[in-house]
Amino acid sequence: MIGIDDLVTRFPALRQADVERWMAHSWVRPHVTAAGSLAFHEIDVARIQLILELRDDMEIGEDALPVVLSLLDQLFDARRRMRELDDALQRVAPAEVRRALADHLARIASGRS
Amino acid sequence: MDDPYATLGLAKDASADDIRAAYRKLAKQHHPDLNPGDAQAEERFKAISAAHALLSDPEKKAQFDRGEIDASGEPSRAWRSYRDHAEGSAGRRYSRGPSAEGWAADDLGDLFGSMFGGGRSADGEIKLRGRDEFYSLSVAFLDAVNGATRRLTLPDGKTLDLKIPAGMEDGQTLRLKGEGGPGWNGGPSGDALVQLTVEPHPYFTREGDDIRLELPVTLKEAVLGGPVEAPTPGGRVRVRVPAGSDSGTELRLRGRGIPARQGRPAGDLYAVLRVRIGKPDPELEAFLRDWTPEHGTNPRETMEARS
Repeated sequence: MIGIDDLVTRFPALRQADVERWMAHSWVRPHVTAAGSLAFHEIDVARIQLILELRDDMEIGEDALPVVLSLLDQLFDARRRMRELDDALQRVAPAEVRRALADHLARIASGRS
Repeated sequence: MDDPYATLGLAKDASADDIRAAYRKLAKQHHPDLNPGDAQAEERFKAISAAHALLSDPEKKAQFDRGEIDASGEPSRAWRSYRDHAEGSAGRRYSRGPSAEGWAADDLGDLFGSMFGGGRSADGEIKLRGRDEFYSLSVAFLDAVNGATRRLTLPDGKTLDLKIPAGMEDGQTLRLKGEGGPGWNGGPSGDALVQLTVEPHPYFTREGDDIRLELPVTLKEAVLGGPVEAPTPGGRVRVRVPAGSDSGTELRLRGRGIPARQGRPAGDLYAVLRVRIGKPDPELEAFLRDWTPEHGTNPRETMEARS
């Protein structure tokens, strides 16, 4: 967990104004400590790096960024939920249920419903 | 590490702009956060990043070009995948949907409902439509032509009265709304889908909306003509055979094919005559022995001319 000064030092292409604008758009949502300062966790730092790469390396302008971020958030959401579901099945579902599920999914994949 | 120029698909004399453009193009394609679950994209992206890091630094690029350093010395940037965080529990903070709060105890339907558009009722509970169930049913030719009602017994013992509309064709499917699997949590039932197989008929065959029938006639009926009875899907009708008919003569019975339905006019029935000589008849034989045809022709003439 780091503050905004450390963050700006870590990414040479990043300016404090960028972070403040992205926070105003809700693209980045760091925690605010009891003392009122910003605390960027690992996920916030990684997200800022991704936004920088999208903007600078892939030339996605800031006007198009909300579309890309929204789609990515939905993609990761769905993948997180699938992963959690998969974990839950491994832990809770009996082996024959998992096998029946796998068989059924394989049938769907091969188009035989 | 491979040649950084080759990794970016560039020639040795590539300019700084070429290098930047090539890197941008490849990054868009292979960025691991845009290709979750694709380990190859991740490896490729690491190679691209390392190649770009070396070639975008004029000093290092010059050293590499002079052969003073090789590409393997380039430390790959400490790169943290946003995806790894986003797909973990910390990722809920940037979640867009109803999953932001995690799972509720009765949440399974909610997940799939919200992912795939199941309806949400006023009390916030998800209702899901039941699954469609598939059956196949053989129907007699005439039932398919004229329409019929057939009672179906489903695997669960439930019976269904299936109304087969007139003119159904082999392979067509009937949808019975709400007769499939039960809905979840008060959602609507799925549908039952019944695929029809039409059994062949001993003397009718179907061609679109028309029906063909091979109609046997006696020699006398063929030569002298006259009324005969012919079966049709709607019952027997009297047909006038013209005098001097032959095997293969087609009689068209307008409107006696597939019945009219939903704006389509009824099809026709084509009766194709087939002359049957029948059992030996001494009188007929005696007549033919003494008979000299008025127009003696050889029906195989054209065949002989060609062979």
